[in-house]
Amino acid sequence: MKMNGAGVWLRGISGAVMAFLYLPILVLTVFSFNDSRLSAVWQGFSWHWYGVLWHDAALLAAAANSLLVGVLSTSLVVLLGLPAAMGLERLRGKGVRVVETIFLLPLILPEVMMGVALLLFFVMVRWPLSLATVVIGHAAFNLPVVVVLVRARLQKLDPRLEEAARDLGASAWETFYRITWPLIRPAVLGAALLAFTISLDDFIVTFFVAGPGSTTLPLRVYSMIKSGLSPEINALSSLLVLLSMGLVGLSLVLQRR
Amino acid sequence: MLAPGLLWTALFCLLPILVVLAVSFATRGTYGGVLWEFSLENYRDLLHPLYGRILGQSVLLAAMTTGLCLVMGFPLAYYIARLPPRRQALWLVLIMIPFWTNFLVRTYAWIFILRTEGLLNTLLLQLHLIQAPLDLLYSNEAVLLGLVYGYLPFMVLPLYAAIERIDPALIEAAWDLYADRWSLFRLVLVPLTKPGIIAGCVLVFIPSLGAFLTPDLLGGARSMMVGNLIQHEYLVARDWPLGSALSLVMMLIVTGSIVWYLRAQAPRDGERGAG
Repeated sequence: MKMNGAGVWLRGISGAVMAFLYLPILVLTVFSFNDSRLSAVWQGFSWHWYGVLWHDAALLAAAANSLLVGVLSTSLVVLLGLPAAMGLERLRGKGVRVVETIFLLPLILPEVMMGVALLLFFVMVRWPLSLATVVIGHAAFNLPVVVVLVRARLQKLDPRLEEAARDLGASAWETFYRITWPLIRPAVLGAALLAFTISLDDFIVTFFVAGPGSTTLPLRVYSMIKSGLSPEINALSSLLVLLSMGLVGLSLVLQRR
Repeated sequence: MLAPGLLWTALFCLLPILVVLAVSFATRGTYGGVLWEFSLENYRDLLHPLYGRILGQSVLLAAMTTGLCLVMGFPLAYYIARLPPRRQALWLVLIMIPFWTNFLVRTYAWIFILRTEGLLNTLLLQLHLIQAPLDLLYSNEAVLLGLVYGYLPFMVLPLYAAIERIDPALIEAAWDLYADRWSLFRLVLVPLTKPGIIAGCVLVFIPSLGAFLTPDLLGGARSMMVGNLIQHEYLVARDWPLGSALSLVMMLIVTGSIVWYLRAQAPRDGERGAG
């Protein structure tokens, strides 16, 4: 009977914590359909604010920038991270821990620290802040994401598969292309998707290293929030919630395969 | 194969940190910028009561966030770990969705709810529970709420992983031996899930300490945290040497807690080997 009492108690708390996690997102979405400028009083259903989004030129430009940064930085981290993960997997000896730590560094650093360090670095080497510096910043903090996820998959591979290919006369490149790549492809795609999602969502590092004309979607949302609230932000937020859910769902599916 | 990636991280992460280190020992130029004259003044300035107060307040807010996340996260993680496997997977995905939702959006949701003309005040006024709107936003409490909301998933996931590994027979044995709920928690659950508790605490403490957006959007002038102070020194006051010294102190606290975490995690492998 004691167990049952504890069970009810636990279920109540767990339900309350879940409500705490979801209610804010839920009310935000509901009120994005509100037909009113005074955003907290319900006036009836409307798609109005989604229409406003569609005609917001500054917002669309920021979204285009975000997409460009996401695609470029993700391509970069896959090209750098895939060989790095394979190299780490083959590395033996004392150096492994040091190399690992260097790779993980961007994950350990507080984001604000990463942002100011990159800003200071770009200023010192006189590299003007632009969309390029944003791409570099994103590729810097996303590299460990790809390295860690791809390496986790590599560790699960049966080494005999590659050995067999080599024994049968395949070159190193052929072994990679015909044996290793098909086996790790889902993990690489999942990691790329995750890196892309993180890039789309990043605010802090972008905030420090973005120059004039390189406003991304989160930077635009931030200035919208700062300059006075409008139900337009609710509509935009709901779309972003939907987008992250879709991307994460896809990434989970890819990594599970 | 390692070289390009290693070079990339060295160039765009390690080197920038070294630049921050160097600048933290330099002097501020008259119009911002950096004069390369060695000085310890930036670190001495950190002892100024104003900075000390913000640093202390940040550590306190981060610690309170960690404590609240632990209190809320433990029962939830325990509940999920005891569900049938298929429902466990569902609940875990439900925990991960807010975790992957844009942080700005999640913070904005609280502005929408808490501000003077916000949802909560509107609701309370309509129900005649209050006569005038309450000042809920722009306070330390709002920042705390935003931080807990933002980082709760970081606590639940490692706690779940630790609780899920406990042999249910151990819990049954405790009940059979007439343990009450508190003894079960203190004598069985806590010792067995210690690595998970520490992992969750470190994972919540680190981003809370370095928080920028939450205090920036939900906090008032008096709820500044280190992240905001660093941003202020760099972008507004343009005192890069002082900003650099501040970032390094923050990095040291973070690195310190990670080292502590790794130390605490280490014995677990030994235990597993023995068992």
